[in-house]
Amino acid sequence: MSDDIVLKATGLTKDFKGFRAVDAVNLNVQRGSVHALIGPNGAGKSTCFNLLTKFLTPSAGTITYDGRDITRLKPEVIARMGLVRSFQISAVFGSMTALENVRIALQRRRHGDSWDFWRSQKVLARLEDEAMDLLDQVGMTGFAREQASDLSYGRKRALEIATTLALDPKVLLLDEPMAGMTQEDVARITTLIARVAVGRTVLMVEHNLSVVATLCDRITVLARGAILAEGSYDEVSKDPQVINAYIGVPNG
Amino acid sequence: MTTQPEITAAGLPGMSASHRNLFLLLLAIVAVAPFLAYPLLVIKVLCFGLFALSLNLMLGNLGLLSFGHAAYFGLSSYAAAHAAKVWGFTPEFALGFAVLVAVVTGAVFGALCVRRQGIYFAMVTLAFAQMIYFFSLQAPFTGGEDGIQNVPRGALFGLFSLQSDMALYALVAVVFFVAVLALYRITWSPFGQVLRAIRDNEPRAISLGYRVDRYKWTVFVLAAGFAGLAGGLKAISFQLASLTDVYWGMSGEVVLMVMIGGMATFFGPLIGALLVIWMQNELAAFGAWVTIVQGLVFMACILVFRKGLLGTIADRLGLKV
Repeated sequence: MSDDIVLKATGLTKDFKGFRAVDAVNLNVQRGSVHALIGPNGAGKSTCFNLLTKFLTPSAGTITYDGRDITRLKPEVIARMGLVRSFQISAVFGSMTALENVRIALQRRRHGDSWDFWRSQKVLARLEDEAMDLLDQVGMTGFAREQASDLSYGRKRALEIATTLALDPKVLLLDEPMAGMTQEDVARITTLIARVAVGRTVLMVEHNLSVVATLCDRITVLARGAILAEGSYDEVSKDPQVINAYIGVPNG
Repeated sequence: MTTQPEITAAGLPGMSASHRNLFLLLLAIVAVAPFLAYPLLVIKVLCFGLFALSLNLMLGNLGLLSFGHAAYFGLSSYAAAHAAKVWGFTPEFALGFAVLVAVVTGAVFGALCVRRQGIYFAMVTLAFAQMIYFFSLQAPFTGGEDGIQNVPRGALFGLFSLQSDMALYALVAVVFFVAVLALYRITWSPFGQVLRAIRDNEPRAISLGYRVDRYKWTVFVLAAGFAGLAGGLKAISFQLASLTDVYWGMSGEVVLMVMIGGMATFFGPLIGALLVIWMQNELAAFGAWVTIVQGLVFMACILVFRKGLLGTIADRLGLKV
């Protein structure tokens, strides 16, 4: 079972003008797991995340997805392969309604690329029932016609998840899904992620350790660009090196 | 008509009825204008209106500001003038050739421009436009400082003479109206929807699997093509292709038209073009004062009408135009 690795990074390294942000990281994400990437500020989590999602190009190392080398592929290409990311700052299409946000993702999945500039967008209407279903899944039915930029932060995140789900991704990559959220929102989105993780693989960067403890099967701790520890939450939370990295003093 | 997207379940804001009425209004204006004003002046407004709309296809939907859009307008006016005068093309073929030249030029330049963002995009488009200007100044068939003069208007399909201003107006009005409908359709197509997603949040559009650069390139080529059509119409109508139309000042002027009218609106650039051309016409007697007044109007727009004239009015009325 441990050999069913869906996303694998080997010797992943990223240099920024002499500064090594990520240093020879080996990461194995098991199919169907919820995997967290945690670590103190500046540990290289976000860089690592951007390398895995191809928004950055690694200086060295390889990334494979489902056994296929994706190290040199473009981000939009891996998105089409089912590896879909979210963003730290909520990423919605502000001038569009919530429904249109979800629909634009469905449009990509159902129509591929839309070069059909000569057609009326009426053809998109048939995607709207499905879009409404997705909004319903994240509890956003009542906001379908609101302009996305007017939604509260928590609702934007929920909308973002609905938009991501519209692509029916195999692997969800969530970049700090709880960043900037209120307590109620955190609880709501945690439940939501747990629900959408069924039948999917999730890799998330997250600061909120109680969320990580609740959601994640496996945790990789990064510090100074390298892996410090890996295991279940109980394992890594007892690791003296991890405690040291987080709090600064070894804690018996 | 196939041009009025109905209100879908998405509740596309204020689309169908108000836009159909605006198109009917536009049709009415285009129909009566030559009887109220000098037809050639109206033709000029229509050519520049189309030119401004073509710029806004890219600026309004994608948020990409081309500062070299006159390259396609001007180069195509040379193409149409040369085809009509030297090769003896009938107007429809001369116009077709003009569009072809703009599309091919746009395809090449666009491929090199769309990887740049923001101000860099604007600068690269300007740089290419300057190359076209230099080419137009130096090439043997463009007539240098004189331009190509006395271009024959010819006869449409070889049958209908365009010698009279009204016959010419009929042609320009029809081409203009069809082109505006086409631009409208592109704006509200599934493709146009993707453009606005890219404008709102490019990384997110990429993460959804959209090949963003290809969308930018496609819209660049389309915008160049429509600018080329406008340039061709102008050359045939005014029987002249000159350096003015490829000059960078023209690129600036069309940006001005779009900003005055409202780049967040579909119809705004037409208002902007009307206003700028009308101002130039009214103030022609004052010489250099035209540019000063233009500058003041532009400043007033930035200060008072942040969203342009039509954009601000539409906002007040709660309409989307």
